[in-house]
Amino acid sequence: MTIQDKLYLDRFNADKQSHLFIIDPDVCLYQCPEQYCTKFCPAHVYEWDAEAQKILVGYEGCVECGTCRIGCPFRNIKWLNPRGGYGVQYRQG
Amino acid sequence: MAERFDVVIVGAGPAGLSAGLVLARGGANVLILERGEYPGSKNVMGGVLYRHQLDELLPGFWREAPIERTIVEQNYWLMTPDSAVTFGYRTPRWADDPPNNFTVLRAKFDPWFAKKVEEAGATLITRTTVVDLIHDDRGRVVGVVAGRPEGEVYADVVILAEGVNNLLTQKAGLHDDWKMNEAALAVKEVIELPREKIEDRFGLEPGQGATVEMLGDATAGMLGMGFLYTNKESVSFGVGVLVKHLVYSGMNPNQLLERLKQHPKVRKLIEGGKVIEYSAKLIPEGGYKAIPRLFKDGLMVVGDAAGLTNAIHREGSNLAMTSGRIAGEVALEALAEGDSSSRVLCRYQQRLEETYVLKDLKKYNHANEFFDENPQFLRDYPELLSRVMREFFTVDSTPKWDKQAKIIRMVRQQRPLWRIAYDLYSMWRAIG
Repeated sequence: MTIQDKLYLDRFNADKQSHLFIIDPDVCLYQCPEQYCTKFCPAHVYEWDAEAQKILVGYEGCVECGTCRIGCPFRNIKWLNPRGGYGVQYRQG
Repeated sequence: MAERFDVVIVGAGPAGLSAGLVLARGGANVLILERGEYPGSKNVMGGVLYRHQLDELLPGFWREAPIERTIVEQNYWLMTPDSAVTFGYRTPRWADDPPNNFTVLRAKFDPWFAKKVEEAGATLITRTTVVDLIHDDRGRVVGVVAGRPEGEVYADVVILAEGVNNLLTQKAGLHDDWKMNEAALAVKEVIELPREKIEDRFGLEPGQGATVEMLGDATAGMLGMGFLYTNKESVSFGVGVLVKHLVYSGMNPNQLLERLKQHPKVRKLIEGGKVIEYSAKLIPEGGYKAIPRLFKDGLMVVGDAAGLTNAIHREGSNLAMTSGRIAGEVALEALAEGDSSSRVLCRYQQRLEETYVLKDLKKYNHANEFFDENPQFLRDYPELLSRVMREFFTVDSTPKWDKQAKIIRMVRQQRPLWRIAYDLYSMWRAIG
């Protein structure tokens, strides 16, 4: 099963505003050719947009584990909790 | 809201609820703020809950709480890509009252626990994310800011039970966030299977459960573990690896999970099951040296936010509950003495040092480093053991004397005996 298939199983209450931010897009562009976050994120929140030359952040499907915050070797991701009541709502947990 | 409570607790997980229960019973006016729709809606754990620590707070809780299965069998599998050397222990005694441990699902268990805490007199407000702490001009914590209009709440004591993503603990200046080698990422699926199928496949009586921890090739050479736990009508199946290893492996954790699913020993156990939920959680595994400062004037940090998990024994919720209970007790003393400065709150750390919580973390303080620096334990030894066992169990016409000599030769070729002795000795030094 793909990550997308699995995320369909989870219940999300997505906010209109993001809780995840790339601090400096230049770091992704010039210093991080591996684009680690696009690989290790378990919800595939981060994707490289070749045309725009930047990371796209699909925060709506974030499962709020926090790995991107500490896993980005450049600490270039600002991670906040979603606003109250928003984000993933597990039914099993 | 702009209100005043004796104590405000951030987070309605096992740590926050335990603190809340102790405080409410002690007569304190306590508020618990939870960012999810309901307690447990943001929480994930592998699934094993030990009985003892919660039993102290809610005697006999398992007789009415929504637990999944009582564990009677616990296993370790040392895996290679197509084999597994297994060992485990089973006893029906664990099904006797009181049990040792059981599986639970957080989103089902925590609402029940929260209800008990509310019944004891605590106020619980959900859908509320705390975004900041309020300090007075002397730098002591005097309240929190909830992310809603007029969201300031004042309190004599604030307890942070905010989980592994401890942003407020960091804001309080107690922590610089986890380093990549201080946390593991676990991904998990809950796979629905009929009750009878689970009991047949795992050889269980109705209501009984089994656990499996998977080492070796289960994590594709990374430091970590796979797991498979039986619930009532589902199994929890997952894999967790050190963030540092995951990041530099270039692998996606879901890929790792799907890979493990294909292992012949796993595949048949979950066959025909329907995945009903996918989750991910960071686990603070840095041990004693990685734990944040645990208190300051007006503030205490408990549970995952304080890094209180024991990866070697897959314990976490029980450490959370013990730390929450002790923080609750110390907060009651602070209220009674009218002093919530560090002078009183330092008792929280002192008492925690005397319990299994910090004693165990001290014991395994170097475990992660050790296995990180000695990958042979998770890579070469499972492979070697698998070959030894295959030789041992394969009957051909080799006389047993020759077979024994062959096995010893095989072992020595792969790793000199002195090296094995040294490995065992250093492992004993690191975690024994």
